[in-house]
Amino acid sequence: MNGKRSFLQCAAAAPHIVWSVLFIIAPLIFVVYYSFTDSEGNFTLDNIKSIFNEKYIVIFLNSLTLAVIATFICLIIAYPLAYIFSRMRERWQKVFILLTILPLWMNFLITTYSWMTLLEDTGVINTILRKIGLHPIHMINTPGAVVVGMVFCFLPYMILPIYSVMAGLDEQLIEAAADLGCNSFKILTKVIMPLSVSGVISGITMVFVPSISTFFISQKLGGGTFRLIGDTIEGYFTGTSINYNVGASLSLILMIIILISMAIMNRYTDTEDTKGRPML
Amino acid sequence: MKISFKFMKKLAAFVFIAVFLTLILAGCGADKVLYVYNWGEYISDGSEGTLNVEKAFEKYYYELTGEKLDIRYTTYPSNEDLYAKMSGGGAEYDVIFPSDYMVERMIAEGLLEKLNLEAVCEKYGVECLYSYIDDKCKGLYYDPTNEYSVPYTYGRVGIIYNKEVVDKADIGGWDLMWNEKYAGKILQFNNSRDAFATAHYKLGYSVNTTNKAEWQEAYDLLLAQKSIIQGYVMDEVFNKMESGEAAIAPYYAGDYFIMRRANENLGFYYPENTNIFVDAMCIPKGSRNPEIAALFINFMLSEEIAIENAKYIFYASPNSLVYNNAEYREFMGEEAMEVLYPEDLDFSGELAKNGFRNLDPETLALISSLWEDLKITGGIGTGIYIVEAVVVLAIIAGIATMTIIRKKRRAMYE
Repeated sequence: MNGKRSFLQCAAAAPHIVWSVLFIIAPLIFVVYYSFTDSEGNFTLDNIKSIFNEKYIVIFLNSLTLAVIATFICLIIAYPLAYIFSRMRERWQKVFILLTILPLWMNFLITTYSWMTLLEDTGVINTILRKIGLHPIHMINTPGAVVVGMVFCFLPYMILPIYSVMAGLDEQLIEAAADLGCNSFKILTKVIMPLSVSGVISGITMVFVPSISTFFISQKLGGGTFRLIGDTIEGYFTGTSINYNVGASLSLILMIIILISMAIMNRYTDTEDTKGRPML
Repeated sequence: MKISFKFMKKLAAFVFIAVFLTLILAGCGADKVLYVYNWGEYISDGSEGTLNVEKAFEKYYYELTGEKLDIRYTTYPSNEDLYAKMSGGGAEYDVIFPSDYMVERMIAEGLLEKLNLEAVCEKYGVECLYSYIDDKCKGLYYDPTNEYSVPYTYGRVGIIYNKEVVDKADIGGWDLMWNEKYAGKILQFNNSRDAFATAHYKLGYSVNTTNKAEWQEAYDLLLAQKSIIQGYVMDEVFNKMESGEAAIAPYYAGDYFIMRRANENLGFYYPENTNIFVDAMCIPKGSRNPEIAALFINFMLSEEIAIENAKYIFYASPNSLVYNNAEYREFMGEEAMEVLYPEDLDFSGELAKNGFRNLDPETLALISSLWEDLKITGGIGTGIYIVEAVVVLAIIAGIATMTIIRKKRRAMYE
């Protein structure tokens, strides 16, 4: 490789470049433009300033809280699962990874609607509880229901990167650790965990980012009784109070928050020492 | 590098040309294209054995003129969305369906084209059907001269309740939505204007008030209601009322009859003061085929088509060809005819008194800010923030320790 790019390379990259410019760069420019202008198109900082009031901070906190909790639960569920999958026979690995991906074949909206039917007071779960003589539990329209929805929708994005790192782990390292006197707990904490950090980090990113910006899950499972940042942005672009400028500013701040969280996460990743690279 | 850059430019140009060609070619096969922009689920579309109105018009137009027409049909969820598209320019539509107050605003801002129905019908040699529109729906405040709009449907908001849950003695007014006896069973609109309207009607204020104190009072009422509300919903109301999950919900009369087909225990009544609307067919400025658009509007008034639409959407039709049709009346049933077509209603007076009107930007900003406050207050509880803090700290601490251990190890062996 001599740094120059061949025709072929450029040709191969062109569709991606056109795509990025049209659908990533251009929209970003619009977001920034709207954030710093008023309805007449004059430069202003009022939109950004208006966001730093108690109201929006609470909304951001709500989103952050639910996203963090959902991500944490995903991690707790996904980590052992990914480990178990990666130690299985190859044939079974394939089966279980397929089962992990399976929910992604279904549309998000349908998944969320199904959860509505499951969690409602007259829904499937409570009907069963009543039938077997237990006291029904109120679940729908609570923050907990939203977290359940997030975990269910985004869990595969946590399992897959962790699994791919773990499957790439050198079996000999584990054997060596065992030979040198590590018990299985120590193998886990001293060998497997440190080597799988990169998978965990990309898993966390892939769950946290969609969780913090979701509006559909929170509207359907939260019943609109509390506000998340995604709802608020959506409201400014489609609701009765259309205000692209404030909406764009909120999106901008949200993007900055996500970037900061990712930067913090990435501080803890050293990619050079992992054999299995994170998937994304 | 230089050559490849040129090549890239060529390639980019090629891609753009390919995209444009596809867009142009997609329109091929038809001589004319008509862009129709309507509310979702607001036209008979051929599903479940109904008539497909788009296809029917394409056929009708072909038989009339020998030209092939292609209808591009898209939908919008609210008047405000429609307005944003129209006022932003660049959007190209031929027929739109704004509600009363939005027609007024669009006429005032010069966004609508005059229909000239008579002239167009004469040109194509078809009967102009505008005269079949009920007189009470003509000359309303938003279009006093009837030059810009043809009413398509009208309706009012009422309260839908579950007869098995709600006592007969409690029904009648807006108070039912604030009745603590039914806590956790009540639904509210997830739309600021409609939700505030329920409070305004209960208080006896105008929904178009510009008095800040009255908006504040409505807010206090909604806030008091929040603790007994099951959720703020729009389309989910169908599911929740049909399954019995919720027992009380304000919604449009037409939709009540759709819900009742799934749940016979549902009942409905109009509170004394309640919202009323007219949705009208209009042609926006910038329409490329205003004459075909007018022909389409006239076609929508024809007996067969108008009845198919009215049966599909279940809203009241201002078209006498529809509401006088015996087969239609039988299909709807007596109760539906009484509820949807109340005879003693002073239509224009009611619309002027209880319909939505355009509000000034200041009031709109106040509504949206109060609505945000309403949604935030009570929130998700503070205890959960502590959980969050613990979780975040645990994750950061965990990862940090792991990294430190790893670095130390590496230092040891290096």
